[in-house]
Amino acid sequence: MSDASALEVQAASAATGTLGRLQRAWDSDLAYSFRHSPVAVVSAIIAFVCVASAWGAPWIAPHNPFDLASLDLMAGDQPPAFLSGGTWTYPLGTDNQARDVLSAILYGARISILVGVTAIVFALTVGIVVGLVAGYLGGWVDAALMRLADVQLTFPSILVALLIDGIIKTALPRNLADAVQIYVLIFAIGIARWPQFARTVRGSTLVERGRDYVLAAQVIGLSTPRIMVTHVLPNVLGPVLVLATLNLGLAILDEATLSFLGVGLPSTEPSLGTLIRVGNDYILSGEWWVVIFPGFALVMMVLSVNLLGDWLRDALNPRLR
Amino acid sequence: MLAFIAARVLQAIPVLLIVGLISFALFAYVGDPVLIMLGQDYTAAQRVALEHKLGLDQPFLVQYAQYLWAILHGDFGISYRLARPVGALFVERLPATLELAFTASVFALVVGLPLGVYTGIWRDSWLSRVAMTVSLIGVSLPTFLIGILLILIFAVKLEWLPSFGRGDVVHIGFWTTGFLTLSGLKALVLPAITLGLFQMTLIMRLVRSEMLEVLRTDYIKFARARGISERGIHFGHALKNTLVPVITIVGLQLGAIIAFSLVTETVFQWPGMGLLLVQSINVGDIPVMSAYLMLIAVVFVTINLIVDLLYFAVDPRLRMTRMAAAR
Repeated sequence: MSDASALEVQAASAATGTLGRLQRAWDSDLAYSFRHSPVAVVSAIIAFVCVASAWGAPWIAPHNPFDLASLDLMAGDQPPAFLSGGTWTYPLGTDNQARDVLSAILYGARISILVGVTAIVFALTVGIVVGLVAGYLGGWVDAALMRLADVQLTFPSILVALLIDGIIKTALPRNLADAVQIYVLIFAIGIARWPQFARTVRGSTLVERGRDYVLAAQVIGLSTPRIMVTHVLPNVLGPVLVLATLNLGLAILDEATLSFLGVGLPSTEPSLGTLIRVGNDYILSGEWWVVIFPGFALVMMVLSVNLLGDWLRDALNPRLR
Repeated sequence: MLAFIAARVLQAIPVLLIVGLISFALFAYVGDPVLIMLGQDYTAAQRVALEHKLGLDQPFLVQYAQYLWAILHGDFGISYRLARPVGALFVERLPATLELAFTASVFALVVGLPLGVYTGIWRDSWLSRVAMTVSLIGVSLPTFLIGILLILIFAVKLEWLPSFGRGDVVHIGFWTTGFLTLSGLKALVLPAITLGLFQMTLIMRLVRSEMLEVLRTDYIKFARARGISERGIHFGHALKNTLVPVITIVGLQLGAIIAFSLVTETVFQWPGMGLLLVQSINVGDIPVMSAYLMLIAVVFVTINLIVDLLYFAVDPRLRMTRMAAAR
């Protein structure tokens, strides 16, 4: 999300004055605040590099770590190129099966981002629906839904995700569980984060419900679902979208943590967390690069998304202007 | 006060019943114990007989009540993986987790609180800047990476501390403690830092910002005007008023400590509850999972209750409003 806005801003800077629309975007308060925040610009660039290189992994990765035929077992356990014994064929070294660490990171980041983004979109959808329904309908529906959110918020989200993931996988037959693993993971991480979104949307919906335009819509006889979706929803989206950006980094970390614990993605389909788990078995023999580089990539990605989220929150908060 | 406690305890009961229902549903519907116990060849009559014997032909609510009754008597079922009573497994593993969580919390408080006070009072000194930068790194690194980095530096490169396990433990009744042996203490250092680092940075930043806020208020100026020593102002007047949010956060973070002890225990192969849960989830050991769920619900509800009560003890201003709200 923040990447999209960052892109827009970059595009806008290239086409200043040519198109009215881009000009307006460039002049907006948000773009002004972005240009004058070095932290936001730098983290946007890092996030953009992360996303672009992950998306382009099949084209820019020097090797395909999953093509078993291309692996040269003689090249296993090579240190990074800048250490003695390393070669530029494998810039960040190789693991014990001669997989190129850089390529594995690029492919892994792809999966990490995919899972993180889908999980947040899922949590956002559930949260918006629940929050709108609870806030607009009120009464016992509101009480029941919010009580449920309270109960879930008592537990740390990583624990909820872990238990849900474990339960679903146990309940499914073995081969089916393996096939749908990534969906189970997305579901578990998403469902662990819906209550915050639901609470935020409910809060804004309660405010909007009493406004005149909603009353007017009720008076002309629009159906309740229609009022909720076309009238209230656009007005409550802002804060929850900022919250989603702030949660994206956390969701990526959730995925990495679950994969590290061994309940996430298998090593045939490794995310950054899986790479760190697998590499962790080899650090006692001194192969630090197998763990440190994926870890560094993960931290850079999460940090840049978090800083962008912080900036967006501050920039959109009128009280801080 | 009593009415407030009673109201809070009553609120906790539905939470526990819902979690109990989920953990019972797990037990009842995931996997089929009858099939496992009967083996390959059985007649329909044998199946019915066994179901009757196990009470599985009873109505759902009766079974649920029986399940809760068994749990209240410490009977959590038998682990599929280890073929031992889950209750006994928990009793065996609990000391390791509690000692780790306790040490991590003490580390977080003992380091975080003074650092927060220091960076709050002398915000521009170089030590404050270093502390703030380090804390930013501490907040950004995921727990498992911190653990791996510490192992790499202190266990693999420097070889000062062990990279896994609990060292030698001393048995005191059912409790096993690593506090009394040198190897036990050494084994505790890295996991406790890993687990406590995030809390430490959180406490530090919180105390710092609260101190900055409080030091600007009028009553601190009055205290200065009355000629009270700087030391007395900082610790007697300012610090006291930063403690309410600190208690909340520390209390609520106890939950996070328990959740992330899963990760820390996995990194360091620490023989506690978290490692047991992760291993059980990996093989689908339902009795352990559902018992853990139940136990963790009790722990979290208790923590929330205690945090609420501590508010009471620390901030007299809250007493009247809270009590009014409870009624």
